[in-house]
Amino acid sequence: MELIRVSDYIWEISKTGEMKVPARIYASEKLIELAKRDQTLQQARNVACLPGIQRMSYVMPDAHQGYGFPIGGVAAFDLDEGIISPGGVGYDINCGVRLLRTDFKESDITAKRKELLAEIFKEVPAGVGKSGVTKLSRSVLKEILVKGAEWAVEQGYGTVEDLERTEERGRMKDATWEFISERAMERGIPQLGTLGAGNHFLEIQKVDEIYDPEVAKVFGIEEKGQVLVMIHCGSRGLGHQIATDFIELMEHKFGYKHLPDRELINAPFKSDLGQQYYRSMCAAVNYAFANRQMIAHWVRDVFARVMGSAKGMHQIYDVCHNVAKVEKHIVNGKEKLLCIHRKGATRSFGPGRPEIPAVYRAVGQPVLIPGSMGTASYILVGTKEAEELSFSSTAHGAGRVMSRNEALRRFRGEQIRDELARKGVELKATSWKGVAEEASAAYKDVDEVVRVSHETKLGKLVARVVPIGVMKG
Amino acid sequence: MNEEARFEFLPHTADARFRSYGRTLEEAAANAALAMVSLMWDYRQIEPRVKHQVEIRARNFEGLMVKFLTEILYLLEVKRFILGRVEEIEIVRPEKTAVDEEGEYVLRAVLVGDDRPENYEIISEVKAATYYQFRLDEKPGQVQLEMVVDM
Repeated sequence: MELIRVSDYIWEISKTGEMKVPARIYASEKLIELAKRDQTLQQARNVACLPGIQRMSYVMPDAHQGYGFPIGGVAAFDLDEGIISPGGVGYDINCGVRLLRTDFKESDITAKRKELLAEIFKEVPAGVGKSGVTKLSRSVLKEILVKGAEWAVEQGYGTVEDLERTEERGRMKDATWEFISERAMERGIPQLGTLGAGNHFLEIQKVDEIYDPEVAKVFGIEEKGQVLVMIHCGSRGLGHQIATDFIELMEHKFGYKHLPDRELINAPFKSDLGQQYYRSMCAAVNYAFANRQMIAHWVRDVFARVMGSAKGMHQIYDVCHNVAKVEKHIVNGKEKLLCIHRKGATRSFGPGRPEIPAVYRAVGQPVLIPGSMGTASYILVGTKEAEELSFSSTAHGAGRVMSRNEALRRFRGEQIRDELARKGVELKATSWKGVAEEASAAYKDVDEVVRVSHETKLGKLVARVVPIGVMKG
Repeated sequence: MNEEARFEFLPHTADARFRSYGRTLEEAAANAALAMVSLMWDYRQIEPRVKHQVEIRARNFEGLMVKFLTEILYLLEVKRFILGRVEEIEIVRPEKTAVDEEGEYVLRAVLVGDDRPENYEIISEVKAATYYQFRLDEKPGQVQLEMVVDM
């Protein structure tokens, strides 16, 4: 497979063999070397062979090997001739990031940092096998699947303003629970309002650097040292089960022998099964929005109790980075609706897009890119250029470079805790081994990932934030 | 069977890829289950307090294994069950069909473990069992099974 360097940060694999379009990777020299080490490029090429794919199979700067589609893969399909694939979304449907601003400065919370984190740890269930605080009935779960974060706000978790500042307003309208299996529903019931484990986290952060003060101000970020809260989690077992179920259903219906990788299984977007997956996926997206809405509410409660006020704790935005959506884009000079798969990629709409909340429409959509545990995270803004470059998408995080096993062999959780403490970062976790697995050295350099995003104009830098308190599930 | 002989982990950046061993397909399947849960907890420490009888059906062997491992994740989340060992495992294949052909596959097993996850250190979370890089190498008296799970 020949990889052609098109410019400093753009690499392409020409259309050969079964490929319907070329593949394009956005990466620096350092990042492309990492992508070459695993199956990322081959996977990008496989995606380029799928029916109805438009323009190119895109790969974001933080990409690494996934199943079927690479993590960090973006692919758009024609609605009539194209497909939808559970492997193009990922198992953790609507894994995503929510960011809250506060009126507090770091100095305001220094003395109470430990207490804040301890209280959040008490309020927000995390870890494996932990149930949520609310015991849901089946009928309430169904309502959540249809209404998403709107349900949570109706129940008193947060405000309508939060909805306005959430992708899809916290509710994908095409959602239905009808095609979701009993198993998936059962897995959804105990886990609503839980953070989970693995790479999911909740952080108290401070603004460390502001690159674009004007845009930052629009987002509610005024100065260095300002305290923010970031929540990173997804649709839990409900979403995982929906992915597993539809992979099996699609195999039975369409077979998999013709596919280079069984996880590329897909269905025509407009087929019954394609629509059933799409609408069930939308329901899992809604569940994840409701999940983050509830967690954000508990965080505000804790701030109100410990700091005396949660005033000013407005939501900046909430993005999903594992999702398939129908969006309008221009292909060959013509505007058309496409099914955009973003698997480990963040939407990055530029100024003017009607999907962006009115408050941000003049500047572009906030793009939230979490780093690995204890490292910087970034706030970017979507660009007009990204429409042309990547169907309005950019990176979603750091991306692993070291296996969990290797990380477990090399690091000790308690040691990481002590190192973070020396840097002024408080850490609370359910397992020290789990902390070792998520050691930041096991991840790509997020600074390099966002630099490439900025240079290529996939998403432009607005601010860098660093953790002061980390809660890891 | 000694511990090292049950399974080993293979290099995989983001998730976990393992190879399990057995003298029979059943043993390799049971060890695949232990390999997966070893990513979440130390199965050797789990008190045998509860049992779940499971019966899994699928149209091919890969599907059977994915569903078997998914069942264990389901039991964890819904019944708070953490697996310690697999007993009485039996796999029924369609008659005269090679493993890579379609037909009805059935797996029956008794899963033994504890329903008090709070009593153990739980390291991480497996999200799903996948078909990715699935491999079965079956020789008389020597079976190897490779799978990747999403973390």
